[in-house]
Amino acid sequence: MKKVLTGNFAAAYGAAAARVKIIPAYPITPQTTIVEIMSEIVADGLLDADFVKVESEHSALAACIGAQATGARTFTATSAQGLALMHEMLHWAARDRLPIVLANVNRAMAPGWSIWADVTDSIAQRDTGWMQMYCENNQEVFDTILMSYKIGENEDVLLPTLVNLDAFFLSHTSQIVDMYEQKKIDKFLPPYRPKLKLDVNDPRAFGALTSPEHYYEFSYKMQIAHQRAKEVIREVGKEFSETFGREYGLTENYRCDDAEIILVSYGTIAGTTKDAIDRMRDKGISVGLLKIRYFRPFPEKEVCQILGRAEKVGVIDRAVSFGHEGPFFSEIKASMYGSNVPLYGFITGLGGRDVSISNIESMVSHMQDNEPSNLIWIGVKK
Amino acid sequence: MSDKKEYPEVIDIKSADDMPPMPVSLGSMRTNKTASWRSIRPVIIEEKCKLCMICWKYCPEPAIVPTCPPTIDYDYCKGCGICIEECPFDAIVSEKEGK
Repeated sequence: MKKVLTGNFAAAYGAAAARVKIIPAYPITPQTTIVEIMSEIVADGLLDADFVKVESEHSALAACIGAQATGARTFTATSAQGLALMHEMLHWAARDRLPIVLANVNRAMAPGWSIWADVTDSIAQRDTGWMQMYCENNQEVFDTILMSYKIGENEDVLLPTLVNLDAFFLSHTSQIVDMYEQKKIDKFLPPYRPKLKLDVNDPRAFGALTSPEHYYEFSYKMQIAHQRAKEVIREVGKEFSETFGREYGLTENYRCDDAEIILVSYGTIAGTTKDAIDRMRDKGISVGLLKIRYFRPFPEKEVCQILGRAEKVGVIDRAVSFGHEGPFFSEIKASMYGSNVPLYGFITGLGGRDVSISNIESMVSHMQDNEPSNLIWIGVKK
Repeated sequence: MSDKKEYPEVIDIKSADDMPPMPVSLGSMRTNKTASWRSIRPVIIEEKCKLCMICWKYCPEPAIVPTCPPTIDYDYCKGCGICIEECPFDAIVSEKEGK
């Protein structure tokens, strides 16, 4: 069944299609409609779940952790300051290996008080142990929420996922979304049945005191899980394609095969870049896009394979790691260590500044005419 | 379904493969002893104890077991010394751990 949905509706319907059991959530613009829709779906009796009203985002994720530890599939959503308030609990969810799915509508961090798109909020959660993925369109939001439960709940993975969608460009923009048959979804995503859980008949305590004798090994196992997750993401993406006809991996190539210049981006900028590439190809410029879907685990292998054969690579970031460079640029640069491909790091679109096709074209012409540089600001008023 | 038997009750870890994915007590918290860093050991002198149980009230853990006379659960006592300080009859003394 195809419907016209905003990104927020796609996120909420995705969670409902995954048959989540507990939804503890707190509203924050631009994510609020996700919470509103979820509460309506539950109140209307369309989903066998409990909606938990909480007093803050910290409590929302804490409630998810408690519920997920009992073996219930949980979902929550937030943005920016709300995600920052969850920070302590983000570590807790990941280290307790609870495959919670959180839809984060990427919004700029205040001050200046902003409700517009910027990925600094999620990038700041890099080392919490969560898997992080970035959506290009509303179909990908819906699909990724379904896949994230399947990937996270895999016994070799057991990790939570932050599903990121750009504020307004997706959250409040309507697109056609194929919602599939519920029967097919249920077959693709069976009920969550963890081996270790809270059970009064078999008492355990989660997150207990862990001495230096064991803590180190738990961290090691988290890293192994992230490494295995890369394979599981590829497998689940393939199974998703066989079931629903849309294929997803850690990355996506767009007209890369013969491209001399390859741009790297994520989120809605990747969509704009595809249009820019089509236009530049028509003018005879050999350019392609490597879209990064997962920031964690980072797809180093795909990055090296695709970018290694380019003549020039430009990375487009919608965030800046103050005191250094664009956060995705840093990862690409590190992955490309030892290669001679010239790299260009572009910063653009901060705080919801529009990123147009002509902005992308100006990056490519900059790359054609200039020496490589780690930090190039596009469209800044100087 | 319980997978309790998949991991040993008392964790004796030779490798990371023996460990569950997350820090979870296997069985109740009783299997997770938390007193490894105690440097002083409070010892109750039974002859001096008047059974007032003030030590039991003050112990933050609680590692004083309300037996008669009270006893100390050294699996959980961190050696903070509050019981020694609060006992009105000097019935609890401090001994150096590992003596």
